[in-house]
Amino acid sequence: MAFIPHTEADVAAMLATIGAASIEELFEEIPPELRIRSLAGVPEALNEMEIGRLMSERAAADGTALSFLGAGAYEHHIPAAVWAITTRGEFYSAYTPYQAEASQGTLQLIYEFQTMMARLTAMDAANASMYDGASAMGEAVLMAVRANRKSKAARILLPASVHPHYRQVAHAMTSNQGLTFAELPYAPQEGVTGAAALAPFEGQDVTALVVQQPNFFGRLEDVDALTDWAHARGILVIAVVNPIALALLKPPGEWGARGADIAVGEGQPLGVPLSAGGPYFGFMTTRMEYLRQMPGRIVGRTLDTAGHPGFTLTLQAREQHIRRAKATSNICTNQGLLVTAATIYLSLMGPQGLERTAAAAHARTRELVATLTRVPGVRPAFSGPYFHEAVLQLDRPVAPVLRALAAGGIHGGLDLAPYYPELGSALLVCATETKSSADIERYRAQLSEALQAARAA
Amino acid sequence: MSELPADLKYTKSHEWVRTLSDGTLEIGISDHAQHALGDLVFVEVPEAGRKVQAGEACAVVESVKAASDVYAPVSGQITAGNPKLAAEPEAVNSSPYAEGWLMRLKPAPGALAAAALLSAAEYQKLLDAEGG
Amino acid sequence: MRAPEQVIFEYSQPGRGASDQWPRHPGAAALADLPVAQRRTRPPLLPEVSELEAVRHFTRLSQLNFSIDTHFYPLGSCTMKYNPKACNQYAMLPQFLARHPLAPEAQGQGLLACLYELQEMLKAVTGMEGVALSPMAGAHGEFAGVAMIRAYHRARGDLKRNEIIVPEAAHGTNPATATMCGCVVREIPVDAQGDVDLPALKAVVNPNTAGIMLTNPSTLGVFERHITEVARIVHEAGGLLYYDGANLNAILGKVRPGDMGFDVIHMNLHKTFSTPHGGGGPGAGAVGVAARLLPFLPVPLVGKEGERYRWLTAADVPQSIGRLSAFMGNAGVLLRAYIYMRLLGREGMRLVGEFATLNANYLLKRLQAAGFDAAYPQRRASHEFIITLKRQARELNVTAMDFAKRLLDYGFHAPTTYFPLLVPECLLIEPTETESREVLDAFVTALSHIQKEAEQEPGRVTSAPHTMPVRRLDDVRAARQLDLTWKPTAQP
Repeated sequence: MAFIPHTEADVAAMLATIGAASIEELFEEIPPELRIRSLAGVPEALNEMEIGRLMSERAAADGTALSFLGAGAYEHHIPAAVWAITTRGEFYSAYTPYQAEASQGTLQLIYEFQTMMARLTAMDAANASMYDGASAMGEAVLMAVRANRKSKAARILLPASVHPHYRQVAHAMTSNQGLTFAELPYAPQEGVTGAAALAPFEGQDVTALVVQQPNFFGRLEDVDALTDWAHARGILVIAVVNPIALALLKPPGEWGARGADIAVGEGQPLGVPLSAGGPYFGFMTTRMEYLRQMPGRIVGRTLDTAGHPGFTLTLQAREQHIRRAKATSNICTNQGLLVTAATIYLSLMGPQGLERTAAAAHARTRELVATLTRVPGVRPAFSGPYFHEAVLQLDRPVAPVLRALAAGGIHGGLDLAPYYPELGSALLVCATETKSSADIERYRAQLSEALQAARAA
Repeated sequence: MSELPADLKYTKSHEWVRTLSDGTLEIGISDHAQHALGDLVFVEVPEAGRKVQAGEACAVVESVKAASDVYAPVSGQITAGNPKLAAEPEAVNSSPYAEGWLMRLKPAPGALAAAALLSAAEYQKLLDAEGG
Repeated sequence: MRAPEQVIFEYSQPGRGASDQWPRHPGAAALADLPVAQRRTRPPLLPEVSELEAVRHFTRLSQLNFSIDTHFYPLGSCTMKYNPKACNQYAMLPQFLARHPLAPEAQGQGLLACLYELQEMLKAVTGMEGVALSPMAGAHGEFAGVAMIRAYHRARGDLKRNEIIVPEAAHGTNPATATMCGCVVREIPVDAQGDVDLPALKAVVNPNTAGIMLTNPSTLGVFERHITEVARIVHEAGGLLYYDGANLNAILGKVRPGDMGFDVIHMNLHKTFSTPHGGGGPGAGAVGVAARLLPFLPVPLVGKEGERYRWLTAADVPQSIGRLSAFMGNAGVLLRAYIYMRLLGREGMRLVGEFATLNANYLLKRLQAAGFDAAYPQRRASHEFIITLKRQARELNVTAMDFAKRLLDYGFHAPTTYFPLLVPECLLIEPTETESREVLDAFVTALSHIQKEAEQEPGRVTSAPHTMPVRRLDDVRAARQLDLTWKPTAQP
């Protein structure tokens, strides 16, 4: 029981070696008044067959839907090889690679991952992962405050077009350190951060500007203009990007004349299942000049005593186990196994496969938007280019429509009313390469029906 | 046994202080300190012009296993950080009292007299007491 | 162990690719709406390899690792116990994997039921009043915990409390977390027996004390016997007690943090509840709180109304410290912990603490009999203990690092070395309950052999490892001549 291998004979022999009469005696240093006798509140054990049945029943009850949800988590095809290798015990059940000589597999894989992420974002260096995209953005904000020594204000410009949950996480992560955020409004027709939003900050002490590309609405921001505006004023630029989109869109390292200073994002699209929100991983890349302000583990290649190349954790003096109260972050455990999956995914995709995935996802979203806006009462909320995600305006409240769709097995997107009440009946939809024309047609038909029913009611 | 030039002053936090001919102070870390840290892989020195208070952290020395702040022994204004250390942090290991200096500082009026600096003999006693 | 493996980019051939994995290209016209100025001009330099090349490469890389599935892994403070296969298999059922985080609650009652019951079981085993599952690692849970302590004081108008007391033997994440929460760290020593130095604690508490962060059993591998007194001192000073759950495995089913007086705790589900470490993560750092901190728990939480489960958000918990992850933390990890706890049940949970402690005390006694020095010989081991090799370092010039590296040659992962910092030349050893007596005996034999080698042939130990894919690596070179990404031309 409890995966404990001991026989009664083992226990007797071991207690004899220890010189204790019982296992109970080993707990003698714990004050008796603190001891508990039972764990009421924990049910009786199930065996493997029973838990298997329970989980299968619960999974079946939840079922699977035809999903057009995006909003920071995206359904992409995951090659079979990705998780077949990732769940090998040698990756799955290994610890953080502190003993480098016994962890060369994990270390080399992270080095390959760092290389891929640096190239994808066109930056110099990457870390070995953060918890998720939102926390990576929070860490990037803190990093920018350390890196921008000319700014004393610890003030961040944060567009409203950045994922609302990311903005909430940034507030929660930094509120005790005295940082302030100024929210930049989006242009109501275009759904992007325009020059008018920046004008009020002219001449003020600002530490960093966050730019999400594509933004939460799927719209493309004018990243060159935003980056150049910031750099001309000594403001650092934090790019929040979708790694699949980077196969087609200009990478952060090439934004504007000088490129963004820090790039972060959600790694989930790279071979990680949706899995109800996690585990995912955040990635972070930067320029060499800010490397020492970057949080998290970093792997470097070096030589062993025989002169052969090998891999080890490096620059650890930034980290909590050495720097303690003065560390760049408290992060220790990260999302290593998901990095394993992403590295295998990117190897199988290569530049061509990634580009095809991005192109196919975008084409499906265009098809989705074109098809759904043929339904009476549905129109695009914004004008201008978008990537693989878009906001639609309905002529009546979104929530009941989504409920009707869900009853028919379709998750129709995200109702933006709780996040952007000023947009009225706005619906964020996404299609990826996993959707077929038949899927999209099924959505159109059910949406049409749901809206007609709503009008009739 | 670490090297301890008699003409320098020292601090309890293992910095040394040399008074240059123009009254500027040159500051580094002691041979004992560099040895305790091990091979340095990174040194961050302050920018010229920065005003510092005695006891204020103004430089960082890093090895693979430890990182340590270096404190201003005397209040004043930084006149230079050692530019060589960005590329050659190992100079602090190989030459802690000469090429491995960290910063130069123009003391504020009266600050040098007010600073609690140790002679080589007093610093040696401190090291003996620490078991070093 | 296998020979080293080349970097994946070295297999790359232009035009090659695992094209069976790719979707069909929709054609350039499908991208015509993307402005040229926004487009990438050069494709990213990713590897171009076949599926078989990728599979071989990453399988070979995996074979360069030690792991629980292949080796005894007695890393102190890390609880490297067996990760049952069922936990992985049933957490990866297709419906759970396909579930979008923003999908409707009505179609997620099965998942939500698991998470709700996990919250309830964690409350029961820790003696806390509320649990939040969203923190994604131990340090993330620590952040949530200290942020709640700050929010509590602030809500009472007690604005100046910003000092966090931390024993000097604490994990580095404790002081780093305090700093991230805008606090000042006050370190206190432990006494010669490994307990918190009570006079020092009394001297450091003051009207600015926000709280204290403690691990119990401590990082020294012994139970903090004065815990009730510590709780009294800190509470009387107006501070709160934070329990770092790194060592919860030691006391599972025996004593609960809530009963010891702790106000807030985090649990490393990837330690105590056996979710995999994954080569550095993901973990899960659920937090538990006493009644007075309930209003400040991070969101989302899972609530139950009648027979229906639903997410609780900021609207339900208005004083919450907020959201710490984009969605619901590491939900898939939480499912693994849930399955593990259901497999163990009430009785199995009690056995965990007992057999973890039995294994540690047995291993300690056997190593002492073999001539090794315990750091705290007069104390019972908890689920882990410290051996100090300062005698070997002094007399033989062979260090704890050398012993650790040589152990790899004997097929054992090294224990934690040089932590805690306050014991010189230390090995922090945690066998966990899932290891058999035979494995522990073999480990003693290996360390005894290494001791003999250190006496007779020290060079063999100081130059170890000899059988790994690489010899000892040059950390100084790694930091001075940074090589963080592969480049076609620059070979080391």
